[in-house]
Amino acid sequence: MTTTKESTRIEGIGVSPGIALGQAFVIRREAAVATGIRVNNAMEVADEIGYFDKAVSRSVAEVEALIAELANRGTDDGLDILETQIEFLTDPQLRGDTVQKIEQELKTAHDALMEVTDALVQLFLRMDDAYMQARHADIRDAGDRILRHLSGSPHTQRVYPQGCIIIADDLSPSDTIALDLTLVAGFATQTGGRMSHAAIVAKARGIPAVAGCGTALNGVDDGDFVVLDGLAGQVLVCPDAETIGIYREKQAHFAEQMALLRSLRDLPAVTGDGCAVELLANISEPDDLDQVIENGGEGVGLLRTELLFMGRDALPDEDEQFAFYQEIALKAGKRPVTIRTIDIGGDKEAPYLGLPKEENPFLGYRAIRICLDRTDIFKTQLRAILRASAFGNFKIMFPMIGSVQEVRAAKAMMQQVRVELENDGIAFDAGMQAGIMIEIPAAAVIADLLAKEVDFFSIGTNDLIQYTLAVDRMNDQVAPLYDGFHPAVLRLIARVIEEANRAGVPVSMCGELAGDPLATRLLLGMGLRAFSMSAVSIPWIKQQVRETTLADAQYVFEAIRGLDTAGEIRDFCKNN
Amino acid sequence: MISKDYTILAPEGIHARPATALVRLVKKFKSGISLQKGEKTIQLNSMLNILALSTKGGDQVSVLIDGEDEEEAASAIDVFFTEHLTTPDHT
Repeated sequence: MTTTKESTRIEGIGVSPGIALGQAFVIRREAAVATGIRVNNAMEVADEIGYFDKAVSRSVAEVEALIAELANRGTDDGLDILETQIEFLTDPQLRGDTVQKIEQELKTAHDALMEVTDALVQLFLRMDDAYMQARHADIRDAGDRILRHLSGSPHTQRVYPQGCIIIADDLSPSDTIALDLTLVAGFATQTGGRMSHAAIVAKARGIPAVAGCGTALNGVDDGDFVVLDGLAGQVLVCPDAETIGIYREKQAHFAEQMALLRSLRDLPAVTGDGCAVELLANISEPDDLDQVIENGGEGVGLLRTELLFMGRDALPDEDEQFAFYQEIALKAGKRPVTIRTIDIGGDKEAPYLGLPKEENPFLGYRAIRICLDRTDIFKTQLRAILRASAFGNFKIMFPMIGSVQEVRAAKAMMQQVRVELENDGIAFDAGMQAGIMIEIPAAAVIADLLAKEVDFFSIGTNDLIQYTLAVDRMNDQVAPLYDGFHPAVLRLIARVIEEANRAGVPVSMCGELAGDPLATRLLLGMGLRAFSMSAVSIPWIKQQVRETTLADAQYVFEAIRGLDTAGEIRDFCKNN
Repeated sequence: MISKDYTILAPEGIHARPATALVRLVKKFKSGISLQKGEKTIQLNSMLNILALSTKGGDQVSVLIDGEDEEEAASAIDVFFTEHLTTPDHT
């Protein structure tokens, strides 16, 4: 580098995790420019249509050559994309619209096609589905290929330096296929998102990538030293030596994690002495399932449904909710999915419900308390979940249960909805299990009574800790008091697990403690056999499970009973 | 004219990959073949139109086939829908 450039940090969308460090290789797209030329007579119109058809057949031949080249390379990476591109190139609608513009507006084939492609690109960009939006790039790619043949400009072959980080507006599907990915350390693009080709290819190849960086990326020059964080979605341009050091460490840690993931992914979560443990994930939307499967999760222990209700102006209706749950059901297939009914209130607000501001929202009107009061909201959600249950392997779970009568009321409501569906002749899974979250200390204390009412328990440690210790962990001044290893919390958890196992009611844990490797043996020792956590934690917990035995886990649990403080318990878990 | 209703159960809906195969299948027949979703009807010989319809898992669609080889086309398309679009992916 000849000049010292100021360090900058560009925020984008992390689309493929990992850290890359290297020199920028900048690709700028030259957009086609309209010629403005008019055709004069019927003969020229026919000529232009002829040019178009010839350019299409040349484009098809070019793509077919690329397909043959893939076969020679012995790979079918990108084959789908190229086969699809042939269909775009020869699409009757594309030709029809272009010919119409040539004939009626007397444009050249070049200008007509440009306008048709632009309109199609806009149409797809406006679609509400991320996958379909991303298809604009395929259409642009096909249009550009024909345009190149119309203007007679040859396709340029680029030479990429080893280990470079590609900086581009967006990478077209053709660009992505043409890239020798062994030379590329990472991608950053101005536009695009998780569904764009560059993102998908990067992810499949384990190359870190950041999309949607915006025009800030124009400030990156060829040869700039760049750090790319594909998880955080950041691009650091010309960072200082200290920052580079930090990221080299992060890179090493990530590599270690990936290696662990690969080595554990297809192995069962079984203790050294043969006890099988179920590892599940907590998710919020259908797309999250990809990561669950990648990390070896056996299903979903907690599907939060708040995303459906937040960040909008009105309640989602039954059909909208149904579509959401059905998508999850279809994607999850046979894997079990536990759906938690809405947990709004507390810190999760939905202004359109007109809920009054409260002095103590966490002790106030939230979750099942709203549902049992606003039965319209609850019944709509139950109906949507039940309808979608016909398509998958669902369980339903009620949050914030503090008493037996709340469980009975929620179950009665569900029974009503089931009768209504039966009367309407609508299919649902009649065997769908219903369970509750154990997150209020009262529920933990009466676990024996609640066990008679439900099909399963799921221990929600986040709220259980906050309510047991009377600590708001968002309040910095008391946050250090929030500790899942506090003996009071552990005693409550142990009690719930013991009562559940005694009653033969399956029990799982879906709070953060379930994803803390330090707690795994302890929880196993208490008798917990199902853990639900964020997908990325699964390999770490699986490693703990595989490296321990039940005997060892029970020893840890027995030993900590004699300890007095959270600190002592943590130390014991760490050192034994 | 033959008409048949389907519920799409492939979680992804009609994505580029099945759409490519579907367009290629449709082009083998002389009959006019169209797909109806809600109030929209599109010709099935166009990739652009199939994708623009944005058919998702759970959507109800009808296939309409009209022409001399409609019987043959209908059974080929029925096989395609059954194998690729109306079976949930239970991997």
